[in-house]
Amino acid sequence: MFKNLVTGAAFALALIPAVSFAAGGEGHVEDFAFSFEGPFGTYDQNQLQRGLQIFTEVCSACHGLKQVPLRTLSDEGGPGLPEDQVRAYAADNFEVFDAALDDFRPATPVDHFPENNGVGAPDLSLMAKSRAGFHGPYGLGLNQLFKGMGGAEYIASLLSGYTGETKEEAGTTFYGNTAFPGGWISMAPPLADEQVEFIDGHANDLHHLSEDVSAFLMWTAEPKMMARKQAGFVGVLFLAVLSVLLYLTNKRIWAPHKGKKTA
Amino acid sequence: MAGIPHDHYEPKTGAEKWLNSRLPIVGLIYDTIMIPTPKNLNWWWIWGIVLAFCLALQIVTGIVLVMHYTPHVDLAFASVEHIMRNVNGGFMIRYLHANGASLFFVAVYIHIFRGLFYGSYKAPREITWIVGMLIYLMMMGTAFMGYVLPWGQMSFWGATVITGLFGAIPLIGEPIQTWLLGGPAVDNATLNRFFSLHYLLPFVIAALVIVHIWAFHTTGNNNPTGVEVRRGSKEEAKKDTLPFWPYFVIKDFLGLAVVLLIFWAIVGFMPNYLGHPDNYIEANPLQTPAHIVPEWYFLPFYAILRAFTSEVWIVQFASFVTGGIVDAKFFGVLAMFGAIAVMALAPWLDTSRVRSGKYRPQFKWWFLLLVIDFFALMWLGAMPAEEPYASFSLIASAYWFGYFLVILPLLGVIEKPDAIPATIEEDFDAHYGKKSEATPAE
Repeated sequence: MFKNLVTGAAFALALIPAVSFAAGGEGHVEDFAFSFEGPFGTYDQNQLQRGLQIFTEVCSACHGLKQVPLRTLSDEGGPGLPEDQVRAYAADNFEVFDAALDDFRPATPVDHFPENNGVGAPDLSLMAKSRAGFHGPYGLGLNQLFKGMGGAEYIASLLSGYTGETKEEAGTTFYGNTAFPGGWISMAPPLADEQVEFIDGHANDLHHLSEDVSAFLMWTAEPKMMARKQAGFVGVLFLAVLSVLLYLTNKRIWAPHKGKKTA
Repeated sequence: MAGIPHDHYEPKTGAEKWLNSRLPIVGLIYDTIMIPTPKNLNWWWIWGIVLAFCLALQIVTGIVLVMHYTPHVDLAFASVEHIMRNVNGGFMIRYLHANGASLFFVAVYIHIFRGLFYGSYKAPREITWIVGMLIYLMMMGTAFMGYVLPWGQMSFWGATVITGLFGAIPLIGEPIQTWLLGGPAVDNATLNRFFSLHYLLPFVIAALVIVHIWAFHTTGNNNPTGVEVRRGSKEEAKKDTLPFWPYFVIKDFLGLAVVLLIFWAIVGFMPNYLGHPDNYIEANPLQTPAHIVPEWYFLPFYAILRAFTSEVWIVQFASFVTGGIVDAKFFGVLAMFGAIAVMALAPWLDTSRVRSGKYRPQFKWWFLLLVIDFFALMWLGAMPAEEPYASFSLIASAYWFGYFLVILPLLGVIEKPDAIPATIEEDFDAHYGKKSEATPAE
């Protein structure tokens, strides 16, 4: 009986991963070892804070995070800044237009990060979920379970993947990049070794900076990841117990109607 | 109703009699829950419960999502992010709803293929089958419109491509497309009507589900042998059946719990696995994504749609015969809907007197090939429209139609079926052995 059940479930599973993200001419995505990968992976709070610093000092010059409320910087499972720090951070770094005042004012925690300033600089709120770095095995994408979608890896690979070559096309400069689809990107290399200094003296070579800001952008894209995984874990545990109880119940109620199994 | 003879509800107390003579609802529920069910049903029969659960899950999570969602082109995308970030538990509700659609289709495909293998569509269950096909069509419409609501890039461009199919209908196509969209292109009017219909259709599905259940409760369930329950007397029927409660309710719940275990793990640990990354980019009418790929559950039929290009002889022939009215695009649309139509016609295309595929030595292999064909089409639907995929798609599409239009009618004539058990009881005992001697013989 259980064999049949397993066959059924296997069939169900086999049906699921028939999705394949068609990928043409994609760049090379390096497999960074992020702390939030896998069913038990969590965000590294220090890393998110470093990433926030990098974003603020570098990325925010052009890119926005319009979907992200500033107050969530103090969320558990996020950068976890104390509320007064968030208030100070908002006021020191961003101005928002207030329709009631008909003027700009310093941002407060209830405001969102501003929209992007630079023309053509995409909003980064969901960037880590709108790029898939991994498609394997065999285009089934199942390795997501262990590695995540690879969006953070894609961003980190892109930031650290500049070749140093440039070319001009129709008045625009393009920069060679091993991760960007097509190999040429119009964004100038935003990060360099030791561009951002951390107060605790954490490593700030290009590789580390890329990794940290990508982790931060994974958080902006999926701020509830840790709560979600916890809900997943509790649910799976609960359903496993329920399944066992139902299995035993089922076996018991059917027993009087079944003889000794012959086949 | 010529149902299977069984004990009916008898009101005993005064209050029960009072209610029963005015509204026999207790009796209706009793008869529904206690319906005699073939006792040899195997695990492929659990998917009906899974489907009922999916419908309930989608309606409940959907109603909650609507409380926070805004159907407007400027606000829809942000309102979904609001659900994901600010609404208590909103991320789980949305991920359950989004992945719930996939579970719904996993279940419906297994359910349909179970019916195709065990001949559940054959007389006297044609109405159950047809109603089921209608439910399936409604599901596709609902899922398609639901995917548009987050207003991401795939939402927008998927809507543009799919509504464009109606534009392929000769002469009246373009007015129909404009009428469907509420304007010349996918825009706010489209989003609003899709939202309205996405909320409406699940309740239509719920009504059809009741009809579906009513129909097969009238004919009785099919079962793996395809042999009908004996209906000469209650005693005879009891040898072939057990009441739905508790035997099949508990069994189905066990199946459901295991399925949900896997489902919950996907929602908890890889909720975006079945989605497309592009849908996390807000819809932009000025920027077409590199590949517009439908959701996985549409891929087999999407592959059939794309298989019939203008180079295919049958398309050229159709175009020639109709004086160019049926062009490649329209032919593709006809083929896609035709692929579902031939499936709906299976009860009349299958000529075999034997119901269950278990006793049809040749049919088994053709059926297996159909399952493989289905997966092949699903894979091909996700591939770019170029060689060698185009040729493979054509072959796979041809087999889909061939199975229903040629193989099913022919097999009934040329195939020599195996011996069929005389009764369900015989089949059950052959599998599980006779009841122990301690049980008194009936």
